Amino acid sequence: MFPLTEENKHVAQLLLNTGTCPRCIFRFCGVDFHAPYKLPYKVCQKVEASGFEFTSLVFSVSFPPQLSVREHAAWLLVKQEMGKQSLSLGRDDIVQLKEAYKWITHPLFSEELGVPIDGKSLFEVSVVFAHPETVEDCHFLAAICPDCFKPAKNKQSVFTRMAVMKALNKIKEEDFLKQFPCPPNSPKAVCAVLEIECAHGAVFVAGRYNKYSRNLPQTPWIIDGERKLESSVEELISDHLLAVFKAESFNFSSSGREDVDVRTLGNGRPFAIELVNPHRVHFTSQEIKELQQKINNSSNKIQVRDLQLVTREAIGHMKEGEEEKTKTYSALIWTNKAIQKKDIEFLNDIKDLKIDQKTPLRVLHRRPLAVRARVIHFMETQYVDEHHFRLHLKTQAGTYIKEFVHGDFGRTKPNIGSLMNVTADILELDVESVDVDWPPALDD
Amino acid sequence: ILHSLVQTGICVITLAESHPVLQSGKTIKSISYQISTNCSRLQNKVSGKFKRGAQFLTELAPLCKIYCSDGEEYTVSSCVRGRLMEVNENILHKPSILQEKPSTEGYIAVVLPKFEESKSITEGLLTQK
Repeated sequence: MFPLTEENKHVAQLLLNTGTCPRCIFRFCGVDFHAPYKLPYKVCQKVEASGFEFTSLVFSVSFPPQLSVREHAAWLLVKQEMGKQSLSLGRDDIVQLKEAYKWITHPLFSEELGVPIDGKSLFEVSVVFAHPETVEDCHFLAAICPDCFKPAKNKQSVFTRMAVMKALNKIKEEDFLKQFPCPPNSPKAVCAVLEIECAHGAVFVAGRYNKYSRNLPQTPWIIDGERKLESSVEELISDHLLAVFKAESFNFSSSGREDVDVRTLGNGRPFAIELVNPHRVHFTSQEIKELQQKINNSSNKIQVRDLQLVTREAIGHMKEGEEEKTKTYSALIWTNKAIQKKDIEFLNDIKDLKIDQKTPLRVLHRRPLAVRARVIHFMETQYVDEHHFRLHLKTQAGTYIKEFVHGDFGRTKPNIGSLMNVTADILELDVESVDVDWPPALDD
Repeated sequence: ILHSLVQTGICVITLAESHPVLQSGKTIKSISYQISTNCSRLQNKVSGKFKRGAQFLTELAPLCKIYCSDGEEYTVSSCVRGRLMEVNENILHKPSILQEKPSTEGYIAVVLPKFEESKSITEGLLTQK
């Protein structure tokens, strides 16, 4: 027989008479045994089978909405009893069912899985319960508070937990007691587990990439389901990360981007990759270095440096880099008219040249039509021959370099052609630097 | 009369070399985008990525009128079905650009055909003069 002290026996009797379940009674009386608590072990099995790596977890549980109705009835009963003893009790003075449930189950999870429960953990185990037997328990609320239960597109049932809670807050005590037994009657079965899900919050990896190919897009180039160019910068980097972190998917972002036919030299362009639902998350800096080496060995079209784990604020740095930081370029320019060294020297003296660029025709199909004011901070020329010279330039973020050279039908003004009074075109473009000092450089 | 650009389907409308206005001896007095009492191509305003508000053009829709010093008047039509993105205001201020650089800075207008039609338009252009 289960141990119950003499003083607890009449408490147990009182609670039994109200239909309280025996397990709760024993718990209330401080009797400690695990046998009935099979659920946590079922959950732990699923967690262990899922293959996630974690050092803590947050447990979120979803009770059937109608349970709130029973809880409300129990609360009213407690309030009544306290009232009889001339004691008043606020709703917040009593322990919420979910809290009590977590008090019981958290230590069980911790012990079985060997990790602490931490509300801030990125690894989430969520369990959803259902209780088909009592599904209709909350339906009476719809008659009394109809505007709490508005049908929405995504919801299967109008009786969501939020809606039920809202109605319970509104309903008058007398009206509630007319419709629902207080204390609630005992159900025949316990709650059934509807689903157990494990998921890990995203982790972020940042670095800088160099691009040495003039035939590589940054993102996959697919038109009408057909891939137009093999591979892409993001795939060459992310595919390795996806595999090692055992993630579901990734989101690649960078501080701006370059065209297919443009190289990225110098320190490279900062990028950040969000790895969604990673199963493996702990890596030493040595392991990250090895991962970087692996990426670099796998392709000569791109190279990666400063690869490191970062936080979510990484994405903010990307944006800032794209919109605010200057870039330097090197362009090989052709002119229709024959030129001499002296014809390009004046460009070296132009500082902070203001230009207006209408949305380039080559991107007009996917960008709004607008005029962008931009600044060319400085230029440096290198004579090549009568029809060619190299131009090094430092520009404001968001400047279209190709259009600054050829003028885009006169829609970028001024442009190299108009400044030199020639027809100019760009043969080659390289990004020499992206002037962002993030992510932090790592010593190799 | 036209010029097609890039696989994106964007069309830049320019005068063909053979156009009377581009023959030697012709001087342009002025260019006007007011093609009827109610319609000026200058009023064309597009907004957003989907270019809402663009004037719709059929092949015969007039884009502008060119007035020459010898009294002759020419109407340039779109030749392309689609939505008007912009007309070239530079040639309003300096009509000589139209004659000096008809295929580049002297363009008339930019038209965005309907996506589905852009491929057939490009093919049609290659057979036209």
